Amino acid sequence: MKKINRSNILENFHQAKWDEPVVFELSQPGERGILVPEVDKNIKEMFDINDLLPDNLKRKTPLELPEMSQSRVLRHFMRLSQETLGADVNIEIGQGTCTVKYSPKINEMFARNENMTELHPLQDDETVQGILEIMYKLDYYMREISGMEQFTFQPSGGSQAIMAMASLVESYFNDKGEERDEIITTIYSHPSDAAAPALKGYKIIYIQPDENGYPDYEAFKSAVSEKTAAFFIANPEDTGVYNTRVKEFTELVHEKGGLCCYDQANANGLLGVTRAKDAGFDMCFFNLHKTFSTPHGCGGPATGATGVTKELIKYLPKPIIDKKEDGTYYLDYDFSDSKYSVGKIRSFNGVAQVALKAYAWVMSLGAEGLYEVSKVAVLNNNYMFKKMMDNKWIDAPYIKGKQRIEQVRYTIEKYTEETGVTTGDIQRRMMDFGLHYWASHHPYYVPEPITLEPTETPSRADIDQYIDTLLYVMNEGFENPEKVKTAPHSSVCHQLIEDVLDDSENWILSWKIYKKQNNL
Amino acid sequence: MEKRGFKNHPYIPNSDLKIQNEMLKEIGLSSLEELHELIPEELIFKGKMDIPDAYKSEFELKKHIEKIMKRNENCNDNLNFLGAGCWQHYVPAICDEIVNRGEFLTAYGGESYNDFGRFQVFFEYQSLVAELVNMEVVNVPTMDWPQAAATSIRMAYRMTNRKKVLISEVISEEKFEIIRNYCSPHIEIVKVKFDEKSGLIDLNDLKNNIDENVAAFYFENPTYLGHLETQTDEISKIVHDNKSELIVGVDPSSLGILESPTEYGADIICGDLQPLGVHMNYGGGQAGFMATRNEEKYVMEFPSRLFGMAPTVKEGEYGFGDVAYDRTSFGHHREHGKEYVGTQTALWGIAAGVYLTIMGPKGMKELGEKIIYNSNFAKAELNKIEGVNTSLMNNMSFKEIVVTYENTDMTVKEINKKLRKHNIFGGKDLTNEFPMLGKSAMFSFTEVHSEENIIELKNALNKVLNESGEA
Repeated sequence: MKKINRSNILENFHQAKWDEPVVFELSQPGERGILVPEVDKNIKEMFDINDLLPDNLKRKTPLELPEMSQSRVLRHFMRLSQETLGADVNIEIGQGTCTVKYSPKINEMFARNENMTELHPLQDDETVQGILEIMYKLDYYMREISGMEQFTFQPSGGSQAIMAMASLVESYFNDKGEERDEIITTIYSHPSDAAAPALKGYKIIYIQPDENGYPDYEAFKSAVSEKTAAFFIANPEDTGVYNTRVKEFTELVHEKGGLCCYDQANANGLLGVTRAKDAGFDMCFFNLHKTFSTPHGCGGPATGATGVTKELIKYLPKPIIDKKEDGTYYLDYDFSDSKYSVGKIRSFNGVAQVALKAYAWVMSLGAEGLYEVSKVAVLNNNYMFKKMMDNKWIDAPYIKGKQRIEQVRYTIEKYTEETGVTTGDIQRRMMDFGLHYWASHHPYYVPEPITLEPTETPSRADIDQYIDTLLYVMNEGFENPEKVKTAPHSSVCHQLIEDVLDDSENWILSWKIYKKQNNL
Repeated sequence: MEKRGFKNHPYIPNSDLKIQNEMLKEIGLSSLEELHELIPEELIFKGKMDIPDAYKSEFELKKHIEKIMKRNENCNDNLNFLGAGCWQHYVPAICDEIVNRGEFLTAYGGESYNDFGRFQVFFEYQSLVAELVNMEVVNVPTMDWPQAAATSIRMAYRMTNRKKVLISEVISEEKFEIIRNYCSPHIEIVKVKFDEKSGLIDLNDLKNNIDENVAAFYFENPTYLGHLETQTDEISKIVHDNKSELIVGVDPSSLGILESPTEYGADIICGDLQPLGVHMNYGGGQAGFMATRNEEKYVMEFPSRLFGMAPTVKEGEYGFGDVAYDRTSFGHHREHGKEYVGTQTALWGIAAGVYLTIMGPKGMKELGEKIIYNSNFAKAELNKIEGVNTSLMNNMSFKEIVVTYENTDMTVKEINKKLRKHNIFGGKDLTNEFPMLGKSAMFSFTEVHSEENIIELKNALNKVLNESGEA
């Protein structure tokens, strides 16, 4: 057979498309998916169910759940899974800022063991020494990575970690008896860095970037005052630009008595390279489902491991995990007698199985491996950055000619002006080649943005394939712009007619509403 | 200079030195140390992190982790009666199969085209829970029940522009703490008393506390202590006469046999999805849900994403997308959106969707019946033990029962420690949480328990309490 020449651009790709009905349409009355253990005979004879249930609470409304046999349930949801482009089946570069990296399968096996899944959170500490040891040690490693003095794993996502940090700030100033109502952040930090402190009653002050993309120092200087409770920032920000003067920022806040809170949801470029404490931060958090490889699970379960300096430990939510002199681990509810403690952020002890996976990931790398992760993540990004910038239609604002950390926010503004093809169009067309592509949080401060983050887990060939595909699609925008504008063509469905989604008279938020609107 | 890093690591393709050098050359550098040029020298970490050397092979890593995790004693090898918000239910194999599908497990923020299955499965999850609670709108899962309750309360606060919220005092202490923190500093929370004889809400105390500043009343049914609150119509009337919102927390595993709070006037329903196909995971299985009617004033107050159906340009094709996205802090309004949005517990929504599908209406009914039979059987049997009283409160119970120890010098903790020698995890200690109940513990019974298990518990408890010399 002769060699078959094939391109690294997946022109023949088509995503699985099953045209699957909504699950209610699959119901066939009488079918059973699973049987429940029967009530024991003696017990049933002892009681009349009608005596156990008050009349006014007994269900009379028919429960119209689907009735489906087991294989049909499995088939339906398997098909929906196939219609989802998880990281396991694609080159994850296109979800910038999300740090979607390879999640090792062995770590999933640890989490699926009954020594993890079948633990009740209120079991006596003596019976959960294994998971407590894991969490205790992971806390210690987080301290080593950040320079902080104590971590809590209660916050179960990045945004909840930001809310937890805002709560710690609130506790701190309540304790000091100071009324401070302002929190400063930047436009390129995550929207939750503004939204979560706002929930806690703080007024949000934004610092705009200067011409280099750094938060404007002069503007910052005039914003910081005795009213400043805290400074919430990501560094690098979404642009991948690292604020070289960060220490001057934190010092300024400290001079005025405020606290500095570091959004390290994505710390993928910084492990073993630089530490939160050394830059003057009082607290920080790591998303274990980002930097520490635990899978995103469509959006959780997750963990925003939150660490603080010694001074702030007493405000942490309870309990923390500690070790006794005899070597046993325990949940410590008595580490603080401060009446200003945050109390509790999330039920029980956070998402322990995520901590287990993150621990296993750290142990598969060691200190040197963590350093390798960050160096390669930054290498991959700068390799990609250079290749992207070699194209005249792609640009990236700020610090020309300088390196970025782990991600870059590009712009194709000039390209859009030339072709009329927008970043949204390119996004949909990239799907036809099996690739994600993310523009930016809202509003778009960088016009026609693309945010890409290769992490350490794609190969050089993967990165090349992503860039080649993107350039191929951009070229299509010149030659056949309609094809790009009407994309996707090989994804699961065609372009949505979106009007109904914002129309309260017509939106369909459940099958019940759909049936009602259509008299089904 | 010593070469740093971990070369040829299986998770890091470009940790191969040859490739690394080629890539470095491409960007005009000669070593990895030349990266991170923007970080000032004074901030470069020059120490060595005290983190052990890697377990280099997957095999060694597996041995290491398994050795540690074997130090746990799990609820399959022991007889567990702990509940209190996290319950041991049977998780159908298909739930595990689906949530462990790599496509779902590793998906995140793709669009509704290439993450189509994720969008449809959440629409279905919303629809299935909506059916269970007989509401029309359900959000994607939030952190846990306390978070769902806290957000429900904040929704009511925004809708009514009133700053006080009443909460039944039959609530878990930690749930109250989470709500308190989340609602601070805007909302004043006042607890409404319950009747210690019946376990029911003290309607007089509710009436005395409700006024024009009250945004909402929150109570749970079944309650935290397992009682069924029967004065639902009276409560609903008191709350609605005051133009306040009625928020009811509910255990979804009860809804095959119990009427949804919608039927007695709940405006917002919340609860935990963990009973619906999610393993306990030492508390990592919690996931909150909220449900309302399809009224704009409610829908526009949800902070989290809501998935809706939409047509596509192709006739006969279903599409799914974000409903009223600009409500959220991901929209253009950022901190002026509703609360904040971010990663929560999406995967458990998929588990709950699969669970409700596989159970169907009959399965949910049988589940509820098995639980209510078991809990009442246990209540009757344990009451026969000398020194044990399970009828301190005379109301009907679902899943949880309060066991009061009389005439013993042992603490609940000591009793539980002795029960462990019988491979039993005894009930949650209520001594500090509900001091008015005396020396009490809360035992939980679900469909995983058999008559034999309950008798085993009874015999063990009897030995622990009444046989001297019992270790």
